[in-house]
Amino acid sequence: MEPTRKNHHDSKAIRLLLVDDEKGFVDVLSKRLAKRNIQTTRAHSGTEGIRLLRRSDFDVAVLDLKLEDMDGIEILKIFKKMDPDMPVIMLTGHGSEKASREGMHHGAFDYLTKPHELAELVAKINEAVRHREKTDGNDETASSR
Amino acid sequence: MNPKSTSLTPYYRTLTRNIVLLVMVISLAPMVIVTGIILNQFSASYHEKVFAHLEELVLKHKRNIDGFLVEKLENIRFLVEDVDFGKLQQEDMLAEHLSRLQSAYGTVFVDLGIVNEAGQQIAYAGPFKLGNARYADAEWFKQAIHNPYYTSDVFLGLRGSPHFIITVRKPWQGKNYILRATIDFVSFNRLVEQVRIGETGFAYILNREGQFQTKPIFDFTPTRDIYDRYFATLERMEKEVEIQERLDGTGVKCLYVSALLKNGDWLLVYKQVSNDAFSNLHNAQIIAIVFFILGGIVIVALAISMSAKMVRRIATSDTEKEIMNQQVIETGKLASVGELAAGIAHEINNPVAIMVEEAGWLQDLMADGAFESEEDIKEFERALNQIRVQGRRCKEITHKLLSFARKTDSRIEDFEVGPLLEELVSLSAQRAKYSNVELVTHLDEKLPAISASQSELQQVFLNLINNALDAMEKAGGVLEINAHQNDGKIVIEVADNGPGIPKANLARIFDPFFTTKPVGSGTGLGLSICYGIIHKMGGEIAVKSAVDVGTTFSIRLPIKTSESDDPETEETVSETENQ
Repeated sequence: MEPTRKNHHDSKAIRLLLVDDEKGFVDVLSKRLAKRNIQTTRAHSGTEGIRLLRRSDFDVAVLDLKLEDMDGIEILKIFKKMDPDMPVIMLTGHGSEKASREGMHHGAFDYLTKPHELAELVAKINEAVRHREKTDGNDETASSR
Repeated sequence: MNPKSTSLTPYYRTLTRNIVLLVMVISLAPMVIVTGIILNQFSASYHEKVFAHLEELVLKHKRNIDGFLVEKLENIRFLVEDVDFGKLQQEDMLAEHLSRLQSAYGTVFVDLGIVNEAGQQIAYAGPFKLGNARYADAEWFKQAIHNPYYTSDVFLGLRGSPHFIITVRKPWQGKNYILRATIDFVSFNRLVEQVRIGETGFAYILNREGQFQTKPIFDFTPTRDIYDRYFATLERMEKEVEIQERLDGTGVKCLYVSALLKNGDWLLVYKQVSNDAFSNLHNAQIIAIVFFILGGIVIVALAISMSAKMVRRIATSDTEKEIMNQQVIETGKLASVGELAAGIAHEINNPVAIMVEEAGWLQDLMADGAFESEEDIKEFERALNQIRVQGRRCKEITHKLLSFARKTDSRIEDFEVGPLLEELVSLSAQRAKYSNVELVTHLDEKLPAISASQSELQQVFLNLINNALDAMEKAGGVLEINAHQNDGKIVIEVADNGPGIPKANLARIFDPFFTTKPVGSGTGLGLSICYGIIHKMGGEIAVKSAVDVGTTFSIRLPIKTSESDDPETEETVSETENQ
């Protein structure tokens, strides 16, 4: 099972759901990520993100906590309910440690403070995907018990 | 406000005056009442005591004098009853009895004589040559011949010196005879002369005609009417001693103590100048009044110095409080600015993130070596343009923040609230957007200027807006800010349609340290600071709220009237604060 997965990732791009209402940011970020083998699906609002997640699977999600239409934490909760295995990386502003902590508490994988280095984000995305693969394996052994 | 003024403002001067008056009234009033009552009581009881003493004195002397007269009469009666009257008519026998009387009673008896019915003295023993004196026309004889016993008034008589006589009528061999004895005036007068108290107290005896029966120590003319009244009063009242206080002939207030003598024929009068009689009382009163005045002076001095000290202390603590308030306001300002800054940091982060990414994108493209095709150049241009646009966006945000931060001093100046409110609304716009709150403003165009500290007023509205946004953070809503003129004041309303404030909390909302936010999130000082700032400006702040409907804070600020002088404003401020 595992080798298949690994092969799958090596060959295929990571499927990322990016939720952020700053269009300029989302556009340029997705272009740059594409160059790094990360296929980005863009959502400009919380509701759009939820709709996209309902339609298709993603390996990982990057979620801005400050959105105009919905509270970031609420979206996180919904994401975790819809796909508990999908790691969510939160993007927060300076001084939002409290929100970050709350997000971690609700099952976020990690968080990054804007503005950030792209390398950092890419590293976190890759780490999240690797972590997912590991826990998937664990979960399977756990569920088979 | 200049809290460091060393001389007291009119407010503190009034305060000092009021405290001094209050202390003086409180401490002097009981003192006056108590002293008055004590003096009055003391005076009354002292009068009573003096009266009682004088009454007793006069009564004693009345009895003494009456006793003297009765005793002398008894002496003569004894002589008449006990001795053979025939022998008594012999002058040597009479002289012998006189000398016996004199040896027994001293020189009280001056002479003895026997007078027949016709008024002819038939026998005489004594120092004067009155052997054949005729008394038929003498007043005393007329009385004596009709009474078994008689004591005359004092008169000059044949010998030409004052004396009085005691007579006893003796029927003998069918005819009436009179034995008369002359009483020595000097020894009688001594009985009355002895009565002396103080400097002015003395006694004298008057008969019914108002003539002296003794020689008074101080010469004066007795007023007939008054003594007649004494006679009448004493007879009617049937009391032995009468005491009166009245003016004498020379206008001096005197005490008159009188008693009847000799079965109502004579009047014993004791007279003393009131001031003399009550001299001890007056001394005591003067001492009491002196002490009262000294005590009063001490109280007044203490009241003034203590009040001045107290008011200075109050003024100092007011100043300290003022400084503390200012510090609290500063702290509150930092807190609200901090809250605002957090919102603005978020706002600025987005364009910065875009710029960083666009720059990174350019680097990505360059790393690929793809910068020759027309498409690549277009992409380059787009990215650079985006960087410029986002940079400009950052500049706008920092400008807004700078213009806000520049107004940091609490200087009082004249300005219009409209632009200030608009600026605050635009600064809060980003936060409102994220809280899903629509910001609506209705600001009257031509609002008159107010005189206040811009930064402090900014702080108030920033606080109210932040609170409203906090309240509506979860569900979103509409925040309305209105400003209009009403009744000579500028009315500014900050109204939200958030969850509202429960009645129980509404009453405490302006209390310091009252907060409903979780520990660590709010100081509970925001609204109390707003309250302090608005009241300092001479304005009012009020809140109306209904649960699930919303909350409206309304602030009424006085319009700057004219070039009114600042000290007056200062006084209103301090008075409002000290209420």
